[in-house]
Formats: sequence, C-alpha cells, structure tokens
Amino acid sequence: CSELLPLAIWLSELYWSIVDWATHRIERGAKDNNHLLYKPYSNGDNRDLDHASEFEMSDIFYFCRQGVESIMDDEVTKRFSAEELESWNLLTRSNYNFQHISLRLTVLWGLGVVIRYGFLLPLRVTLAFTGVGLLVVLTSIIGFLPNGRMKNFLSEQVHLMCYRICVRALTAIITYHDSENKPKNGGICVANHTSPIDVIILASDGCYAMVGQIHGGLMGVIQKSMVKACPHIWFERSEVKDRHLVAKRLSDHVEDKTKLPILIFPEGTCINNTSVMMFKKGSFEIGSTVYPVAIKYDPRFGDAFWNSSQFGMVNYLLRMMSSWAIVCSVWYLPPMTREEGEDAVQFANRVKAAIARQGGLVDLLWDGGLKRGKVKDTFKEEQQKLYSKMLVGTQEDRSRS
Amino acid sequence: MGSRASTLLREEEIEEIKKETGFSHSQITRLYSRFTSLDKGENGTLSREDFQRIPELAINPLGDRIINAFFPEGEDQVNFRGFMRTLAHFRPIEDNEKNKDPIASEPLNSRSNKLLFAFRLYDLDRDDKISRDELLQVLRMMVGVNISDEQLGSIADRTIQEADQNGDNSISFNEFIKVGNFLIFCIFGNMNYYLT
Repeated sequence: CSELLPLAIWLSELYWSIVDWATHRIERGAKDNNHLLYKPYSNGDNRDLDHASEFEMSDIFYFCRQGVESIMDDEVTKRFSAEELESWNLLTRSNYNFQHISLRLTVLWGLGVVIRYGFLLPLRVTLAFTGVGLLVVLTSIIGFLPNGRMKNFLSEQVHLMCYRICVRALTAIITYHDSENKPKNGGICVANHTSPIDVIILASDGCYAMVGQIHGGLMGVIQKSMVKACPHIWFERSEVKDRHLVAKRLSDHVEDKTKLPILIFPEGTCINNTSVMMFKKGSFEIGSTVYPVAIKYDPRFGDAFWNSSQFGMVNYLLRMMSSWAIVCSVWYLPPMTREEGEDAVQFANRVKAAIARQGGLVDLLWDGGLKRGKVKDTFKEEQQKLYSKMLVGTQEDRSRS
Repeated sequence: MGSRASTLLREEEIEEIKKETGFSHSQITRLYSRFTSLDKGENGTLSREDFQRIPELAINPLGDRIINAFFPEGEDQVNFRGFMRTLAHFRPIEDNEKNKDPIASEPLNSRSNKLLFAFRLYDLDRDDKISRDELLQVLRMMVGVNISDEQLGSIADRTIQEADQNGDNSISFNEFIKVGNFLIFCIFGNMNYYLT
C-alpha cells in the first residue's frame, strides 16, 4: 500500500487544483452579479447595560436587538446541520449557495459522479463487507481461546486489521499527530464527536474498549462477537438511564490495568465539526487519567457529519462511501488529570477547551442535547438577574443620597 | 439542500420582497435559507415553536414578545413574506434613502416604523396606549423574580410620570417617541453585521 502513497498525494494535489480553479470561477461569476458569498464574522455586541442606570423605556431595545439578531443567525442551531463551505467541492450535496455557473464546471461534476458512483462506490462497499465480515468471524473464533496473553494479542491484531480494512473502505486519509500521547491501559480516551466513523478512525490506530448501548440487527451481531474477544462495555437500554450503574462499570473497567483504555464521546451526540459542545461530566467523575483526542475533518473532500434526523445510518454510510475521500487529522493531546479543588464540570471544560484549541474548533458552552431538547430556564433567569442588578443598584444609591 | 431552497423562491417573489422591504437580492436569498433551516415541518411557514428552538432566543427575557411581533393578529403561522416584513424594520437606514421622494409611502425601516415596532412590544392590547399594567408586565419579564412588586411599581410610576404629558396616566405613541428616540441609531444601526 505504500506504493500508492505518492499516487494518492499526486491525485489529491490534482483534485485540489481543480477545486481552486472552480472557486475562482465562482467568485468571478458572483462578483459580476454582485452576490455576496461569505458571511462576515461579527465581533460581539456593545454591552449597553454594563453601567448602572435607571430604567428607561428604551431598555427593551437591547433585548430586542439581541433577539432579532439570534433569529437572523445564532451560534447553536447551525452546529446541527452540515457546515456551509466557502468553495464548492464538486459534490451536489454540499451545494448550498452556488447555482449553475458554467458548462465546464457541470461537465466536471458529471464526470465526478460517474467516477464516484460507478467505480469507487462498488469497490468500497465490497471492502466494507469484507472488513465487517472478517471482524465478526475472527473475533468469534478467538472467543474460544482461553483468557491470556495469546488471546489479547490475537484480539488486538484482529481488531486493528479489520478496522484498517474499513478505513480503506471509506478511503479515509488520516494523519495522526503526537502518537507518543496515545491512550494507555486504565485511562479514558475522550474525543469530539462528528460521526460514527470517528470510532473506526481511532480504533484503526490503537485498541480501545468501546462503550455503548446494545443495538439489534447487524450492529448487535457485531457488538456481541467483539465482546467475545476482549472486554467492551455494552449496556442494555434500561441500564443506560442508571447513572450509578454506568459509572460503576466504567470505574471497574478502568481499575483493571490489563483492560484496554475506554473510548468515550462526552458530547453525547454528533456535532458538525465546527465546534465542540458541552461535555457531559460522567466520564470526568471517575478519576482516572483522561487522554483527550481532537478529530478534525477536512470538509473540502467530503462532509463527514451525520445528521441523524436527516439520514439513517445506512444512507449515511453510502453517502460517505460515494464521497471523494475522507480526509482528517487526529491529534493525541497530552494526558490530563483532575486537579485539586477542581470539580468534574470544570475538569470537563478544561479538557474541552484543549480539544477545541487543537482542532481549531469553536468552544461552546451550549449542550449538544439542544439538538433535540429545550434549553434550561436557568439561562433566562441569569439574564434577568443581571438586568435587575443594574436597576436595583441605582435604587440603593438613590435611597442613600 | 440549499439549491432546492433557492429554486423554491421564484424571481418574481424576490423582486416583490425587494420592493416591499428594501433588502437586496443576496440578503433575501440568505434570509430565505435561514427561514427554511428554521422550518422543521417543511411546510413553508414558521410556528412559535420553530422560533423557540433557537436557544439564544429562548433565553431572552423578551423572547416571547419578540416572537409575537412576527405573527399577525390571532395567527399561529408566519410565511416568508411576513417574516421578511418584520425583519425589514431592522434594516439600517441607508444614505441614499434619506433623500427619497417624500410622497412615496414610508419604508418599513423608517425611524418612526422602528419606534412603532418597539412601542407594540409594550402595547399588547393594541389600544395605542401603554398602560401602567402593560409597562409592569414588560418590566416583570425583564427582571424575573429579582425585584419586589412594590419596587417595580415605583419604577413604573416614575417612568409614566416622566413621559406622560396629557395626564391620562398612560403613554401614547407620541409621548413614547420623545423618550425613546435617540438610542435608535446606536442600537438598531448595528444590524448591518448580519445583513451584508
């Protein structure tokens, strides 16, 4: 496979020069039509309420403007749909703001469709089936061996091999940075979550114990056979709600130094890889070493974000396999532990900030659960408290004078 | 996804909206894709729940009132035209509009229309007067539980005293204009960031 590397590099250079050309064409076309393509980045508002003052009728303007601004654009809802690109990557699915520009571009795109669906997709699907099939069969066979070093060694080799076949099936071009920080036994690996592919990307470079809910169907078969070869942590649907049970099983696993490091995605849901949202504190309460990992996908080659309300899993995988490639970077960050006087939430935020900084992502305090649920009232109450403080402060001054 | 959205909005509609609101072509298409991304039911209209799904709006103390401003009397759905008509109030006043023909009908983002928008946030029953109760309601929304009824009452009384000129113990639109005018440009003028 190493002979293919220079070819792959050359192909991606060629591809990117085509995209560059396409972008210039689009920009030139847009300038002629006075279209504006890029949203300017706005740098915060002026805090009109910072100084204490008396109530005025016009105070509502401040809240009014904030409200209308958030209607026009907000920081949160756009994280739950695919990122808008500045230049088109020749995939229609990423074509949001660009209309038909020229015949040449359309021809290129058509050629791309033929290559992707006619040649790449069947090849990749075959590889995928091979990889998954081998994983199920081989781990079941290994399950018959007695527990011991031989079994662990074989299990690691099998897992790595099958995941690497799956990586080929997605044509994922992954760059691993700082591999000296790779997670060790007895630790917990946390990463930002963009799609189910994250698991394949990390597991093809190291061995982890997975955590998750037991599914039915094909997923369930895979999970059951994997756990025969080495201990993963699968929960029944009913057990997931019981936080103490979850915490206990995780800490039991972590204490056993012969077991592999646990892989967890603390956001709890897929985010579109432009930001990192709130980390759930559960995994940070356990008290073992945390190995943060940042995963950043290059959106020029294909959008890896899984919008589960838009596509099911199979549809999503087909889209992934018919993209050009999945290019991503993985950074293994130095291990972190909870410091004196730091609670789980602060620790989680510290880890999250490190991951966001490394991956070039926006660090948000908002909860990824907002994808489906409502925001808590406590945030509104915070704002009301601030405003009241401003008003009441004035009253106290007046009564004193 | 997005290309489907812009084909759903016909050129004639864009022209009409342009004439009515003064937004440019690119601003309209951008706001249309924002509209469709908020429209989870995909039926071409937004309901109050669609707005409340925006977390930054849901935590705004005046969030409900602002959302209300988008919906015409007694209706539960707003279409794209209505959406743009309301947003048009926040379009900054451009220089080339200041010298326009005074006989032409007043643009939606004129100074007095902006103030009327703000006035209606207070005046819930649309009787063209802000009563003491209406003022108290808005105050209560902005301060939550942090200020007592008495203190709030005295703030309201003082405000009405200062603004009321004809002695009817409520604030009419003309009296409101005198109190609210000078801040309009500082605050509403900054909407530009989101509209280029």
